[in-house]
Amino acid sequence: MERNPLKPLTATALGLVMAAGMAAADENAELVINGDIEIVTRTAAPEHMEYIDEIRSGWTFRSDDTQAFQMDDFDNPGMIFVDAAQEVWDTADGAAGKSCADCHGAPEEGMAGVRAVYPKWNEAAGEVRTLEMQVNDCRENRMEAEPWKWDSGDMVNMTALISVQSRGLPVSVAIDGPAAETWAKGKEIYYTRYGQLELSCANCHEDNYDNLIRADHLSQGQINGFPTYRLKNAKLNSTHARFKGCIRDTRAETFSPGSPEFVALELYVASRGNGLSVEGPSVRN
Amino acid sequence: MADGVKPRVKVPKTAAAGDSVTIKTLISHKMESGQRKDGDGNLIPRSIINRFTCEFNGQGVIDMTMEPAISTNPYVEFDATVPEAGDFKFTWYDDDGSVYEETKSIAIG
Repeated sequence: MERNPLKPLTATALGLVMAAGMAAADENAELVINGDIEIVTRTAAPEHMEYIDEIRSGWTFRSDDTQAFQMDDFDNPGMIFVDAAQEVWDTADGAAGKSCADCHGAPEEGMAGVRAVYPKWNEAAGEVRTLEMQVNDCRENRMEAEPWKWDSGDMVNMTALISVQSRGLPVSVAIDGPAAETWAKGKEIYYTRYGQLELSCANCHEDNYDNLIRADHLSQGQINGFPTYRLKNAKLNSTHARFKGCIRDTRAETFSPGSPEFVALELYVASRGNGLSVEGPSVRN
Repeated sequence: MADGVKPRVKVPKTAAAGDSVTIKTLISHKMESGQRKDGDGNLIPRSIINRFTCEFNGQGVIDMTMEPAISTNPYVEFDATVPEAGDFKFTWYDDDGSVYEETKSIAIG
């Protein structure tokens, strides 16, 4: 365990925060959505992780108020976007005149468990694919419709609708076999320092999670809750948009959402959350 | 009718007579303020929900005027005393003349 180089600094900062009366996160709260779906927010780290023993959902790092948003679907603003996607799901689009529902039926049936195993190796395509790639494959080849942009509202809403069907199931992405090469590439990116600040993902989310970086409470950077509704921009955010934001904050030229680098990173980061429950759409600040 | 408008309401299914219950309502609506300009500098016309009412068995519970400063997807939460079994009727009035309605029954038990 090589953690906590920032500890003395943080202790002071935390003292100030407490004095200011800010709501601190309740780290030991349990997340049950709608009084029904039990969410695993803490569990033993998967074997491949060398430096962390216990993995924690980003939910455990947020304040009481933000945590409460996610405990009831009526209070979760992300569910508005899920409803919007449900309409799109049922609406035919493209030259083939098909909707998602024509092939997959109701999302509750067709999409249960899907979010938990993506990104996933696609044998026919010979590549690791994310949900977004699979959605656009459907749109282009089965519906003969225009593909959606990676970060478009339609796309991120649709991935939220798909995620909801897997809430409570453990994340379980495969990292062996044909996916191993992409996974290794993602791991390399995770531990590479980028930008003028020369920070890797690991510097914040592995070495310093639970510490404050200025006013922000660093999480482990888990993506089991994506797409995530952020209070700061009042919409759903995709995993890749978040990656981009993080790398931008290191003052680097970022990879693009949908790039092979981010697909590899998504697989690796998802695998660090193997065992946590799918939460999407989660609520974060 | 504006796009993507969908009212939703959460009312407990039962309450004891005379009890106060918490009611949560939300309507998805873009609430365009009329102050913003589009890419060409033209004013985007105002389009908001301007009034929200709730009635219980025909009796007024809440009647509010809503203004352009209210943000997107307006959320209204309030408490109401339930004297008897009956129906809560919620109504939202849109600038474009559309009226959105939702009804929820509550039983005494």
